[in-house]
Amino acid sequence: MRRFELALPRSVDEALRVLSERGSEAKLLAGGTDLLPQLKNGLLKPAWVVDLSGVERVRTLRSDSGGLRVGAAVSARTLERDATTQKTYTSLAESGALVGSVQIRNLATLGGNLCNAAPSADMAPPLLALDAEAVIAGPRGERRVPITDFFSGVRRTVLSPDEILLEIVIPAPGPRSGGHYLRHTPRRELDIAVVGVASQLTLSNGVCSKARIALAAVAPVPLRAREAEQLLEGKPVTPEGIERAAEMAVGAARPISDQRGSADYRLHLVRVLTRRTLRTALARAGG
Amino acid sequence: MPKQVLSCTINGEPVEVLVQPYVTLLDALREDLNLTGPKEGCGTGDCGACTVHLDGQPVASCLMLAMQARGREVRTIEGLGTNGALHPLQEAFVRLGVPQCGFCIPGVLMAAAAVLAENPRPSEEEIRYGIAGNLCRCTGYTKMLAAITEVAGAGSARGA
Repeated sequence: MRRFELALPRSVDEALRVLSERGSEAKLLAGGTDLLPQLKNGLLKPAWVVDLSGVERVRTLRSDSGGLRVGAAVSARTLERDATTQKTYTSLAESGALVGSVQIRNLATLGGNLCNAAPSADMAPPLLALDAEAVIAGPRGERRVPITDFFSGVRRTVLSPDEILLEIVIPAPGPRSGGHYLRHTPRRELDIAVVGVASQLTLSNGVCSKARIALAAVAPVPLRAREAEQLLEGKPVTPEGIERAAEMAVGAARPISDQRGSADYRLHLVRVLTRRTLRTALARAGG
Repeated sequence: MPKQVLSCTINGEPVEVLVQPYVTLLDALREDLNLTGPKEGCGTGDCGACTVHLDGQPVASCLMLAMQARGREVRTIEGLGTNGALHPLQEAFVRLGVPQCGFCIPGVLMAAAAVLAENPRPSEEEIRYGIAGNLCRCTGYTKMLAAITEVAGAGSARGA
């Protein structure tokens, strides 16, 4: 591996100080499962690596009646197995269970998955569907960014070189709400989504009070199918409504053709996975 | 570049060793600590040959820096057995002739041991997913499954 210096901060302030001195020549390390291959193959050549695993705040997973706070360095495996995440933020637990293999999930982190900003990142669509926000620390204090605005392009985020993603905050979806994440891959383990879809439906007095549909690997960044969401909101969710929403979600996708699948195939998958995730989300919402 | 002091527990023993900041845990184990059981197959986390336990959980030691193991418990295949005796999984792998070329076996054993440590009576599907992160280029999966299933069955019988 190419040589670099390694900083081992024990607090957010200490980590920010390293970044303010080293900024553009430093890379943050959480789990390392995306960073290390890029350091090994020379895609990244930082002079400094800043390991966040000694910073308590980014390793903490907390929930209360208001919602879930996931430290950026919480592992995919932790989210996969956390009882509250499974019950209330189901699509996030499901997406965590699909990352890599168990050997990777024990290292890979939510924040790393987001900051690596691959269009196919499995844990991004559930966060979009759950209206999550990113808490970012920088030299001028903390700021919050809706996760829908966090990604700015392929492998690019709104983080500047002197900032750190601290945690993800997810508001509690309420008692009559259900979610589901599905992706298509040729094999289940150690594969990358051809398309991923997360849906979340919230019901109130028999009608859909909130619908969220988020798509991955069909555009440079994960995105929401807003027209399809609006079609479902304000009325009871019917099989026909789900069909029409799945059709409309296709219109939000802007896929490319690559070695994992053609653009046409990806559009087909958006329709199928949107339909399936909406059906399951509805059942889980008690509808 | 100054070396850093890695303090951790390896196979039950407290260890302090000087490592370069840019070496992986796998390279530190193999090159600095002479624990050559964990293997480098792909170096990118795809093959599982480098699997070790970190605080009891299986991880790809090629995908983490050695210094990320500071303050934590590392167990390699060399520390899977106890008091010089093989782990029941190792015994079963020998008895059933599971290893062919053998290169993937330390990683498979560590993955399988993690499955059984958590769930002494896994279903066949749970065993298969438990070792799904391990590639065997000899394609010797059938006997692996037989050996792990046998140990899981024996464990539950003993427990009963």
